[in-house]
Amino acid sequence: MIDTLRLTAEEALGLVGRGEVSPAELHEAYVAAIAARDPELHCYLRVLEEPNGTSIPIALKDVIGTKGVETTAGSKILRGYVPVYDSTVAARCKARGLSLLGKTNTDEFAMGSSTENSAYGPTRNPWDPSRVPGGSGGGSAAAVTAGLAPWALGSDTGGSIKQPSALCGNVGLRPTYGTVSRYGIVAFASSLDQVGPVARNVRDCALLYSIIAGRDHCDSTTVELPHAVELPEAEDLKGLRVGVPREFNEHEAIEPGVRDAVQRAIELCRELGAEVGECSLPHAVEYGMPCYYLIAPAEASSNLARYDGVRYGYRSARAADRLEMYERTRDEGFGDEPKRRIMVGTYALSAGYYDAYYGQAQKVRTLLIREHAEQFERFDVLVSPTSPSVAFELGARTADPLQMYLSDLLTIPSCLAGLPGLNVPCGLSEGLPVGLQLIGPQFAENTLFRVGHALERAIGFDGVPERLR
Amino acid sequence: MAIDREQLLHVAHLARLELPEEELERLGAQLNDILAAVSKVSELDLADVPPTSHPLDVVNVWDEDVPRPSLPVEDALANAPERDGDAFRVPPAGS
Repeated sequence: MIDTLRLTAEEALGLVGRGEVSPAELHEAYVAAIAARDPELHCYLRVLEEPNGTSIPIALKDVIGTKGVETTAGSKILRGYVPVYDSTVAARCKARGLSLLGKTNTDEFAMGSSTENSAYGPTRNPWDPSRVPGGSGGGSAAAVTAGLAPWALGSDTGGSIKQPSALCGNVGLRPTYGTVSRYGIVAFASSLDQVGPVARNVRDCALLYSIIAGRDHCDSTTVELPHAVELPEAEDLKGLRVGVPREFNEHEAIEPGVRDAVQRAIELCRELGAEVGECSLPHAVEYGMPCYYLIAPAEASSNLARYDGVRYGYRSARAADRLEMYERTRDEGFGDEPKRRIMVGTYALSAGYYDAYYGQAQKVRTLLIREHAEQFERFDVLVSPTSPSVAFELGARTADPLQMYLSDLLTIPSCLAGLPGLNVPCGLSEGLPVGLQLIGPQFAENTLFRVGHALERAIGFDGVPERLR
Repeated sequence: MAIDREQLLHVAHLARLELPEEELERLGAQLNDILAAVSKVSELDLADVPPTSHPLDVVNVWDEDVPRPSLPVEDALANAPERDGDAFRVPPAGS
């Protein structure tokens, strides 16, 4: 009997490698789990019931283009869109024999922090279905936690991998900008978008990262990894310098239960042999959010210009001429959040406002890069909560966009700086998972894996929600 | 700096978004809240700081040209809302 709630990807690979379980049996076990639990959780937008690989299964966020399999990015404007080519990450998974289980739910165009902006209905948190799984990659994160996939890929612009992993209690990596190809991914904000793994533990996360990372000739922003991915083994943190930035750990928005769990994890770092010190990034949190909500919408307004009803996707039936076709297609096809961001972005880029908004935000970005770099002269890794709160109730933040934007307060700064970040569960608050965020310098994924793995062992967090045990 | 109705309609036109009356009102209020929040970036004096458009310190990447088959016409048209032979069909330009 395959227990999909507990099986790690590494164990699953072992079972298949030794011939104890066939790839088809494994795929079918997950399809059965999906049939049992997904009607309640709605992690998947579509499921591939037929096994289609020679190894273990994987789920892909619906912004990841998959040849012959509908890819909607959670938007009505892409309903029925079937890519005619594979994204590079999907192709790399296929080349390893991974069997595609399905496409996971996402906030429309990956814009959101709760998966409630999906045009196809929200995903629910496996720990408590009255709460959100985080977003935008709530489908991938909830699927891994609920045993509906051994691992998954997400995409992260300002926290869309790390924050849902925090709220669902699993491991998510936002890799260094440029290490994973975006070819074939539905673009949101190109100077920020990154694809990354979601997994049950740090070793699985590292393994999946090693499969997707590296230079791709189809994406000229990618680079070759300077060193190979190492699966973490060490259980101590001797010789490691851990920085605790005040602004990220003492912000008033952080819930007391979150702060306590993170404090205990920081104390554990010390017990495991790390040298722990306080530090300060004076502008990162305060100016990161406003900076991000100029740069990301500006780039989104440009990227989303392609949805015009001409070549693919939705087209309004109520158009007498071409201009009407563009305007009505976009009004009817986009939901509220993409519209807000297109409007903010278009405004921020328009004549007369460019310097004050977009130009100034790009300078703030330089400031944040410098602030982080300065701290990485003293520390190997910076730690903080990933999300200021545990999973919140569905509907709690939908009426006020700014309230929703604050969900990513602590994940945004390092995204703007192009830095890798890992979420590791560090305990429960009010019966819901708390995530610890580990930030490293560019290309320091191996360090993050090492720290995450040692902490994960020491913390002993049970990632299976109590109600599913 | 508040954005008024006229500006809102102008930006919507630049973005090729038709906004019905009820959306205009709701979106207008939300946009003003968002713009007030993001205007915080103007508090900082960054006259001497260069802008960042790309987070990695990389130079241009040059690849050899390698000819390969392009997307077949049938594939390129596979998702067309409306086609006419080997072309995308769209409504006529307005007056």
